[in-house]
Amino acid sequence: MTTPLAAAARSGARRGVFEFQQSFTTATDIFALIFPNVILLTVMIFMRDSTVGATGFSLGTMSLSSVVGMSVAFNGMMTVMQHLAVEREDGTLLRAKAIPNGMFGYLVGKIVLIAGLTVVTLLMILVPGMLLFDGLALDTAGAWLTLVWVLVLGLVATMPIGAILGSMFENPRTSGLMMLPVMGLVAVSGIFTPLSEAPQWMQLVGQVFPIYWLGLGMRSAMLPDGLEVVEIGGSWRHWETVGVLGLWAVIGLVVAPAVLRRMARRESGAAVAERREKALQRVT
Amino acid sequence: MGDDLVLDIRDLRMRYGTNDVLKGVTFQARKGEVLALLGPNGAGKTTTIEILEGFRMRSAGEVSVLGEDPAHVDERWRARLGVVLQSWRDHGKWRVRDLLGHVATYYEPYRRPWDTDELISVVGLTEHAGKRVRQLSGGQRRRLDVAIGIVGRPDLLFLDEPTVGFDPAARRDFHDLVHRLADDDETTILLTTHDLAEAEKLADRILILAGGAVIADGSADQLSLQMATETEVKWTLHGQRYVHSTREATKFVHDLFKQHGDDIGDLEVRGGSLEDTYMAMVVAFESGQYGSDQRELVEVTR
Repeated sequence: MTTPLAAAARSGARRGVFEFQQSFTTATDIFALIFPNVILLTVMIFMRDSTVGATGFSLGTMSLSSVVGMSVAFNGMMTVMQHLAVEREDGTLLRAKAIPNGMFGYLVGKIVLIAGLTVVTLLMILVPGMLLFDGLALDTAGAWLTLVWVLVLGLVATMPIGAILGSMFENPRTSGLMMLPVMGLVAVSGIFTPLSEAPQWMQLVGQVFPIYWLGLGMRSAMLPDGLEVVEIGGSWRHWETVGVLGLWAVIGLVVAPAVLRRMARRESGAAVAERREKALQRVT
Repeated sequence: MGDDLVLDIRDLRMRYGTNDVLKGVTFQARKGEVLALLGPNGAGKTTTIEILEGFRMRSAGEVSVLGEDPAHVDERWRARLGVVLQSWRDHGKWRVRDLLGHVATYYEPYRRPWDTDELISVVGLTEHAGKRVRQLSGGQRRRLDVAIGIVGRPDLLFLDEPTVGFDPAARRDFHDLVHRLADDDETTILLTTHDLAEAEKLADRILILAGGAVIADGSADQLSLQMATETEVKWTLHGQRYVHSTREATKFVHDLFKQHGDDIGDLEVRGGSLEDTYMAMVVAFESGQYGSDQRELVEVTR
């Protein structure tokens, strides 16, 4: 007989797969998956003919690689946060709590779902990107390997942040406000222009957060050798990337379980009923 | 007794800040018993249930649920418990059969859960099994809530307002299900409801919670004996209908016949319903006439 926790992990994985499939049979989910990426691609198509500094390399192609990194951060932080806030309000979490090992299964399912959605997002940018943009250098096994480790480390670094943020907001609509500071972070993370050209303070702020490092990591995977000259320090800085993302992962994995446990402990029928009342008042 | 005691709650207290929500709740339940918890809104029903479910920490008192303290329990204990939640819109994208089958897998390491299709048919959702949860009507959703609550074949089941939104047929099916769980599977059931006829039909024992304490504990009959309520007597005399309310129906009817003999027709004597008893108790309690002495009295007659 398998241990209950192993069984719950399996149930959770199946839960993630179910929800992943549901994302492709629900119109609003499909729209939410496609729409932002179409906008990003359109913006970058207009940037194709601009060049980066003295390299003569297409700014559009470079941004495309950065956007792949940014998408990982968005899925890890914002999507996880939104899911937690919404599913706390609607009682999904309470239901998980009422089932043996349900919370554990819920989290495993969420990780599987978000990882799956992130891969889909990446493909939605990468596949049209490879057809529409010149200069991508994803033609070696090494390049793909870099892409994969940046992706995995990026998810491990950002998902706990998303979980912590999601635990803080009782109301999914308030959690939407988090979009503003995150957009601000994107602006100082060198996604659409190289950060090396930005003022010193912006460079300092940007390098604290995972978005910059995810962008850098993805550029190092997808762009040809030689383009690192426009990066800070003239290098892809892989060790620093592993260091900063790793640090975020460790902090997140230490803090998130405690925050999630505290949030789970507070879930009760009365708490969900109260949120339902509030939500219904908002609607009417 | 002893091992048979599924719920043993003594002097349970709950305080939020300076507000005492529960002021010493005491009651027990044995294996296979069906208990209905009644009381006005704000009496502490939900708080009590949530403490027993292990969802809320108590301020004081001794609580034993399935032999353990719900403040310190593990998932093995959780697997013996069924909780029927008041759902709203969670799992809207899931199909009914997928969701039930999924929930069942969490119980598998501990006990044999219900077969998904059998359970779906027991709660009357067979023709909706392939539907997404958000396409269900309120009553159908409620049945799904019940199914999720019992899928792990719990030893103890908590039902918070289980039949809200049920049509009469669904309600009767649900009552049959509760009887089946209690009689065949010896499931102990604690339910809250505002429907007093339902409480009377389902429960072996009724607890009335008011002002944060149990003010009555007994079967519907015992409670109505406790609280003398007025009996309604109807009759016809020379083609005319009469109605009279009295606390001494037997004597009144006797006097009626003594006075009019065979002229009395269509006699109806209707004793106070549980609703009358309940209202009388709550009103008496709220006006302060119904205190701890009365509680002792109920205990004695049990």
